[in-house]
Amino acid sequence: MKSKSTGVRFWIGAILFLAAMLAATQVIRNEYPFFAGYIILQFVVLAVAWSILGGYAGYVNFGTSAFFGMGVYTAVFLVKATGAPLAVQIAAAAGVGALLGFAVGLLTLRMQGIFFSIATIALTIIIETTVTNWRFVGGAAGIQIQRPPVTPPFDTYVQMLFFVQALLVVLAVAIARYIQRSWIGRGLQAIKDDELAAECTGVPTLRLKLLACVISGALMCAAGAPAAMYFQYADPSSAFNLNYSVSALAMSLIGGTAHWAGPVLGAILLGVTQQFLAVTISSEVNVLILGIMLVLFVVAAPEGLIGLIRKIGNWRAGRAT
Amino acid sequence: MAVAESASPLLRINAVTKRFGGFVAVNNVSVDIRPGERFGLIGPNGSGKTTLINCISGAFRTEAGTVMFRGDDISRLPAHMRTRRGIARSFQIPRPFRSMTVAENLLVALDFTSLHGFASAVQRRDIVMSILMRTGLALKADVPTGNLSQVELRKMELARAMATHPKLLISDEAMAGLAGSEVDEVLDLLMKLASEDITIIMIEHIMQAVMRFSERVMCLDAGKIIAIGTPAEVMANKRVQEAYLGT
Amino acid sequence: MFSFDLLLGAIVLGTLLGCFYAAVSIGLSVSFGLLDVPHVAHPAFLVLASYGVYLLNDRYEVDPLLAGLLITPLFFLLGLFVYRLYHETFERRGTDAAVRGIAFFFGVAFIVEVLIVLQFGVDQRSVTASYIGRSWRIGDLRIPIRQLVAFAVALSLTILLTLYLSKTFMGRAIRAVAQDQEALRLMGANPVRVKQWAFGIATAVLGIAGALLIIVAPVEPMLDRAYIGRTFCVVVLAGLGSMTGTLIAGIILGVAESIVLTMFGASWAPAIAFAMLLGVLAVRPQGLLGRRL
Ligand SMILES: Nc1ncnc2c1ncn2[C@@H]1O[C@H](COP(=O)(O)OP(=O)(O)O)[C@@H](O)[C@H]1O
Ligand SMILES: [Mg+2]
Repeated sequence: MKSKSTGVRFWIGAILFLAAMLAATQVIRNEYPFFAGYIILQFVVLAVAWSILGGYAGYVNFGTSAFFGMGVYTAVFLVKATGAPLAVQIAAAAGVGALLGFAVGLLTLRMQGIFFSIATIALTIIIETTVTNWRFVGGAAGIQIQRPPVTPPFDTYVQMLFFVQALLVVLAVAIARYIQRSWIGRGLQAIKDDELAAECTGVPTLRLKLLACVISGALMCAAGAPAAMYFQYADPSSAFNLNYSVSALAMSLIGGTAHWAGPVLGAILLGVTQQFLAVTISSEVNVLILGIMLVLFVVAAPEGLIGLIRKIGNWRAGRAT
Repeated sequence: MAVAESASPLLRINAVTKRFGGFVAVNNVSVDIRPGERFGLIGPNGSGKTTLINCISGAFRTEAGTVMFRGDDISRLPAHMRTRRGIARSFQIPRPFRSMTVAENLLVALDFTSLHGFASAVQRRDIVMSILMRTGLALKADVPTGNLSQVELRKMELARAMATHPKLLISDEAMAGLAGSEVDEVLDLLMKLASEDITIIMIEHIMQAVMRFSERVMCLDAGKIIAIGTPAEVMANKRVQEAYLGT
Repeated sequence: MFSFDLLLGAIVLGTLLGCFYAAVSIGLSVSFGLLDVPHVAHPAFLVLASYGVYLLNDRYEVDPLLAGLLITPLFFLLGLFVYRLYHETFERRGTDAAVRGIAFFFGVAFIVEVLIVLQFGVDQRSVTASYIGRSWRIGDLRIPIRQLVAFAVALSLTILLTLYLSKTFMGRAIRAVAQDQEALRLMGANPVRVKQWAFGIATAVLGIAGALLIIVAPVEPMLDRAYIGRTFCVVVLAGLGSMTGTLIAGIILGVAESIVLTMFGASWAPAIAFAMLLGVLAVRPQGLLGRRL
């Protein structure tokens, strides 16, 4: 009963969110908010996707940039080879991400802890090196991309990309929320707590981790696909930049991974701060803030923002009674 | 049918060997466990008891030998498949899912091993509560496992194992380090489970408990079986006494 | 295109390079291999040391190797501090500390990178010394003197640390802590102290290793990313915590890199270490000369 009503509330919230975003693209003439907003929404998708494997199952994936970059280059390849429309680019990227997630999972998910993390970095660099040596998509020098005409009702391409990314946010959050509340989430949580005990309690650990890796990878790749059109340019060292990995990880952990809202909160908080700082100070300071926040949170607030909010809630409730 | 089943063993361990590097932890062990049996496994520390049950439950793969369960060779199955077929275990050092409450720990087992995965939330809660009732943990259902005492943790492990609906339950030193009255609590619990048609292998150091519980006892030393038989026979065995008193 | 001479040259240069790789990895062999600390910030500290050496060389014209020696005590203290923080916040707390411990070191690595960028900019930096820039010819083969210096120092450093770990009381305690903390406690030593000391040593060694890094080639702030692959590759390939293994693994990596470099060109080089690392992890997570399961 209770879960049904929260489900209804969730979907009403999602529809209101999308309606507000759509309305904004129709009302606001200035392009800058969409330019900045797109990046924030992109990080929300990445952080939420990261937390499906990294947060729920406790596997610190450092390969976000591999998936993101593959998304970018799937789009680049399709545009260059066939001129496919944006929706096809994103769908194809999701497919590529799922396949890559499956392959990465098979190769790395038997490793544990730091070995898994290092292996995912290794895969990122290997994929980046391969793309760097792939002439068709521009090699190390990168490639320019022409935007096609924008589809109504949007006035500019960036506004459209912004709304598309908002759709991906809703998709990612809905999936993460479903997983968190279902048997999959309980199984992943058991894996995170104690993998051997989980296995001996009947949890098919490898299969569940693979599933998490596939879903997480598909979402990350999909989030990367529109970036080709957004920047109108792609090169391997930006598309596969490890900053995406750190950002996704930091935003999730800072927000808290026990609940799907954690990564959303973390990504919005850090994303907004970064957009603000990028304008006012410099992009290096961005990364510095990210690093310092990450260290502060993992040391002092291990449950993240969600944990802090819950603690305050409990404390208030404790005082009230 | 019933006759045939009681005649064939529930679990057949056939020439199982497990090595760590050059060290042989379990050395060519063969034994049959009958359905409904209360089986005691003893042996000094490091004699390979935990390793043997790791081989049975699938936490380790064996180097040589086979493990048959209800007539099927399960030697190559991953641990979760063995759990689903009806082999459950507790851990010598309790391994609860620490971020969960006691009831949630049991729900993991329900979610992944039985048809109850499709039952409604209320029904599943009922099943969990009935198991917790039997194991004396009903009052602790919504307590995080981090807040449990040692004896409660041991019972929780047994309860979680029960929630997988096992046919064979392996208890690895569930009484070690407990006070006298607590030992009796856990022993009574195991006796009760045994009377519910569950076959039990109990690893234990506390001799009174082993004597009281077991229909048959096996003693390991340095990975080998040195004695097997009724509790009285095994206790009377010279080599067992030597192994326990030390040489 | 491919000749035996070229291969021989690649092997010689690769061996020199390999000893250098062993020297920059040996600290990690202690901190990660022996102490189980997921020290992803090791390469970032390495690059930080290079910039320390650069500063001393640029401002006061101190010889790079001497400069490396001079910053060693500072790095020792840094190591003591970082381990203390790591121990208090993660090792002692237990549950899901592993996840956050890894994230912690990634965060530290990023902070170090950015601080370097803010202080020195993103341009490459190099040091000057009499032995940099000249080279030694044997037939067709040109060996830069800087490579030889790095090779000699790297080899000495590795041997010294190996001797320290096997011959001194503290060294043996460090190796004991990796195997059996209880035994150590019974001997009357405090395992946490021993580990802290070991981590200090592992970090102190980076002073010299950082000097070698900037002697061998110019450095830039993000250089640590390439060295995540190299150092972890060497340590894992070596079998966690094995010092002679570290030397052998370093040479294997060095030779592999320089052969690929001569045969396929520089654009494939960054992936070699990572590919080898992945291969080893996938096949034998315990490393080639594995210490544990
Ligand atoms: N994972 C492992 N790796 C290496 N050696 C192990 C491992 N597990 C157990 N052993 C060794 O195997 C032997 C038997 O251990 P165990 O089965 O735990 O004994 P018991 O449960 O009878 O006390 C011991 O010597 C122990 O050190
Ligand atoms: Mg045992």
